[in-house]
Amino acid sequence: MNTQQSLKDLVCKLILDIAPEADVQSLDPNEELRDELDLDSMDFMNLLGLIVKETGVNVPENDYAKVNSLQSLIEYIATRR
Amino acid sequence: MKILTMPSFGADMAVGTIVKWNVKPGDHVSKGDIIASIETMKGLIDMEVFNDGIITALLAGEGDELEIGCPIAELQLKNEEYSNNRPEKIEESVNSQSVEVQPKPKPAVSHEVASNSSVSQNISDEVSRVLTDEKVKSGDSLNTQRPKISPAARNKAEKLGIDWRQLTQGTGPDGAVLLDDINIADKRSASDSVKDPSSMMREAIASTVSRSKRDIPHYYLQLDMVLDNTLTWLNHYNADLPPSKRILSNAVIYSAIARALISFPMFNGFYQDGHYQSSDTVHLGNAISLRQGGLMVVAIHDAQHLGLVELMETIKDQVNRAKNGGLRMSEMQDATVTVSNLGDRGCDTIQSIIFPPQVAIIGIGRQRTVPWVIDNMVTSKTIVSMGLAADHRVSDGHSGARLLNKINKLLQTPERLV
Repeated sequence: MNTQQSLKDLVCKLILDIAPEADVQSLDPNEELRDELDLDSMDFMNLLGLIVKETGVNVPENDYAKVNSLQSLIEYIATRR
Repeated sequence: MKILTMPSFGADMAVGTIVKWNVKPGDHVSKGDIIASIETMKGLIDMEVFNDGIITALLAGEGDELEIGCPIAELQLKNEEYSNNRPEKIEESVNSQSVEVQPKPKPAVSHEVASNSSVSQNISDEVSRVLTDEKVKSGDSLNTQRPKISPAARNKAEKLGIDWRQLTQGTGPDGAVLLDDINIADKRSASDSVKDPSSMMREAIASTVSRSKRDIPHYYLQLDMVLDNTLTWLNHYNADLPPSKRILSNAVIYSAIARALISFPMFNGFYQDGHYQSSDTVHLGNAISLRQGGLMVVAIHDAQHLGLVELMETIKDQVNRAKNGGLRMSEMQDATVTVSNLGDRGCDTIQSIIFPPQVAIIGIGRQRTVPWVIDNMVTSKTIVSMGLAADHRVSDGHSGARLLNKINKLLQTPERLV
C-alpha cells in the first residue's frame, strides 16, 4: 500500500509537470485519465516519457489501453518495476 | 534606415512588453539574429531581425509595454552604410506584400508585421481594422470618400461623438455603415480604455474571425479517411521505441497534408489587396491551444520537405516552446495554411474559420472506430474525418475534394512519408 501511495504521489507530480493546472486532488483514480485532465496525445506521450525516466517502466503503445486511468497506470508501473 | 516596431505574434495580441534587449546601439546584426525577448499574453517570444545592419538606436526600454506597431528600435541597413547621405526613409518593406498606403500616420506600421499577415495589423484598433478591410477589399489605394451611412447610424454616431467618416466600411449594402456598426465602434472605444488582457484577447480574436467570416466566402468539405494502414505502420514503428522517440499519428497526418498541399497551390498562400499569391512552400500552421487559454498558430516551416521523424521533433519542440516560451517571431507570423487538431480533444468533425490572409484551414477530427463497408462486407475500421474550409474566391469545391482525396491517398502508404 505504501509503495502504491508513493507511486501515486510520483505520478501526480509528473502529471503536474505536464499540465500544471490539472486538478489531481479531485481526480477520480478510476476515471479515464486523459479525458479528466484534458491531456492530448502529445501530453500523454510526454507523461509516459517522464515515467520511464523516473521509474524505468516503459509503457509500449500496445499497452495504452491498460493504463487509461490513474489507478491502472499506477498498478501497471507497480507490477513491472 | 529602418524602424523596427513591436511585432504581432497572432490575432489575439494587442500589446507586448520588451523583457530583454540582446543588442545595444552600435551592434551589428544579421538576418535571423534574435534581438529581443518580448513578453506577450502567449509567453516569451524571441524577436528576430529580418535584415543585416547596425542597430543605431533603441527607442524603448526593457520593461516597456507597447502596442503593436510602436517603434522600438532603429536599424541601419547594411547597404545603407555606404550611402549615408540618402534621405532617411521610414519603413520600406522587405517584402512586396507590404502596405503601400498608410491610412493614418501611425508611427511606422512595420513591414515585418504588415507584410506577413494582415492578421497582425493593429487588430485592437477598430478604425485601422475597418480601413484595412477596405484596403483588402478594394485592392487599390485607400479611397478617401465618405462612407455611406444610414440616418439612424449617423444620428447615433454624432450623439456618441464617434467620427463615422473614419468608418469606411459598414456591414450594410455597399458597405454602408449601419446602427450596429456604430454600436460596435462605440463598445470598442469604450473597452479600449480598460485594458484587461483576457478581454483584449477575446476582442482581438472576435475581430479577426468576424472579418474572416465577413470577407471570405468559405466553403466546407469533409472526407472520412481510413487510418488503419497508418496506425498499423506506426504501431510497428513505435513498438520498441521509448515514448520520447515515438511518432504520433498526427505527425503522419500533418505530413500527408503538407505534401498534398504542394500540388494544390490554391489552398496554400495569402489573399491580400484583392489578389491571391500562392506560396511555393508549405509553412504549415499548427493551431496549439494554450493551457492558460487562447490559441497560438505556429508555423512548421517547409513542412513538405520534413521526414516524419523530423516533423515529429519539430511539432514536439514547438508545442513545448508554445507552452514554456521561446517561440520565434517568424514561426508566429508566416504560416501559409493552418491545421486545427481539435479531434485530440474529443470531437468528431471540425468546420473551421480561415485565418486571413490565408485561404484554407484543415480540421482534423477524433480518431474513431466505425463499421465500414468494403466489397459488400461490413468491417471495423478506424477513421478520421478531415474537414476543409477554403476560400471560394481562390478555389472551387472540385479542387478541394481532390485535395482531400490526395491526402487520403498519402495516408494509405505512410511508409513513403518517412
